Amino acid sequence: MTQAKELALPQMRATPSTWRRWLAQAETPYALISGLAFFLTWQVAVDAFDFPAYLLPSPLAVLKDLVLSWDLLLSETAVTLFEIVLGFIVSVAIAMPLAILFTYSRTFERLVYPIIVGTQTIPKVAVAPLFLVWFGFGLLPKIIIVTLITFFPIVINAVVGLKSLNMQTVYLAQSMGASPLQVFWRFRLPNALPSVFAGLKVAIVLAVIGAIVAEFVGADSGLGYLIIVAATDQNVTRQFSAILILSVAGILLFGLIGLLERQLLPWHSSVRRDALVDS
Amino acid sequence: MLIKIEDVTKTYSTRNGPIRALDPLSLDIKQNEFVSIVGPSGCGKSTLMMMLSGLVSHSTGRISIAGKPINGPYTDIGIVFQQDTLLEWRTVIRNVLLQAELRKLDMVKYTERARHLLEIVGLKDFENMYPHELSGGMRQRASICRALLHNPPLLLMDEPFGALDALTRDQLNVDLMRFWRESPTTVLFITHSVSEAVFLSDRVVIMSARPGRIEDVVDINLPRPRRLAIRETPQFLEYSRRIGRVFESSGILRED
Repeated sequence: MTQAKELALPQMRATPSTWRRWLAQAETPYALISGLAFFLTWQVAVDAFDFPAYLLPSPLAVLKDLVLSWDLLLSETAVTLFEIVLGFIVSVAIAMPLAILFTYSRTFERLVYPIIVGTQTIPKVAVAPLFLVWFGFGLLPKIIIVTLITFFPIVINAVVGLKSLNMQTVYLAQSMGASPLQVFWRFRLPNALPSVFAGLKVAIVLAVIGAIVAEFVGADSGLGYLIIVAATDQNVTRQFSAILILSVAGILLFGLIGLLERQLLPWHSSVRRDALVDS
Repeated sequence: MLIKIEDVTKTYSTRNGPIRALDPLSLDIKQNEFVSIVGPSGCGKSTLMMMLSGLVSHSTGRISIAGKPINGPYTDIGIVFQQDTLLEWRTVIRNVLLQAELRKLDMVKYTERARHLLEIVGLKDFENMYPHELSGGMRQRASICRALLHNPPLLLMDEPFGALDALTRDQLNVDLMRFWRESPTTVLFITHSVSEAVFLSDRVVIMSARPGRIEDVVDINLPRPRRLAIRETPQFLEYSRRIGRVFESSGILRED
């Protein structure tokens, strides 16, 4: 029985020096390098070909706008961010119970699933004007659109995850005297989490799109509103500022979900760095 | 008599009508007896085992364990499947302790026992690792520790070593024998391997293809404790041949 150690797969590879290992594992430096290269190329191109600012402003011009109008941009960002986050939370709150119902009731799934698929085939932009009529310019129509656009990937992925618990594990749980509730909390839900997170990651990116679509259709604040106003003023630089903020916000929100995933699922292959090496 | 199986059958209803998985089958298993079931794929070995646990219902007949009829999940057991069914999100020791958690056993006492079991199978230094960090053999060892944690009077094993390489398989046979010697319990062991069945068992039950029925039961009178070298003795080979002949005479195994 002392052979156990020899039978274990060797986990250790030759140990490189610390900074090398850090470089091999960290992703941020790579993203910084490619991001910097992108903006540099952009700046050089604008300078070299002398693009007029109403067509393509330089990154420096955008940066200047960001710095000078930071208070306005910040307050509009807060509005949009609030819509994104609140809509996302509402979406999760609706999608998760729905996914659980789908998992446990085949009848419910057959009844409701087609309706959900049906609503997903309708472009959200097409119904947004309706919401304007029904719910006005306020927060509510934005939340509804963000929710509508995000909840589909959350439901789909959660259902796949919840259904993926194999029968033997259920048997095992029952042989230990687990109640159906215990099977859910201790086996089915944790087993589904990697899949749930895959859905959440897609959804958070869509949430940003949803909020902007909603603001385009009718709003009196927010980054989407800011873009529309800037477009009518032919202020291209301002539009770029808003787009840049949206992109950064999207990346941060996505990163936040990823961080949560890493904290909750340190065991899962989507999180492990060695996944491709030893599986 | 600990386990009594009397005229038990199993019929599954499918889209193409009922399918009979088991013909009337009777078998008694004594307390602390090690019984193996060998037979071709799909002969209903696993079904029979699951019916003992009450997790799969039997269609007709009676099953009783220690005098109690089985009509629903019977939890006084430990189960090991071919897939180790370790929970990927729990460390090795917490996987083993799951058994104690769900049964609401004294966690302090059983943590000690879990450590003891893991030590026996050489997983002492791995208790805080996640299953994905272990090899297949180590994972299956951990799942055996989980099945034994609460000292179950009945251990059900469904081809537990079927997915392992020959060397690891031998090692686990030895480990299992050691557990069984230290704390004897009734074992129903399902396998494809005749030599594994002879090596481990007091009795080998040979089943036919579907619908499954018992072709023969062979008592293995080899001295215990057995070492792996016993597999080369004439008596051992004779048992293997006898079981092989049953497969041939019943048409389970055909050479031309």
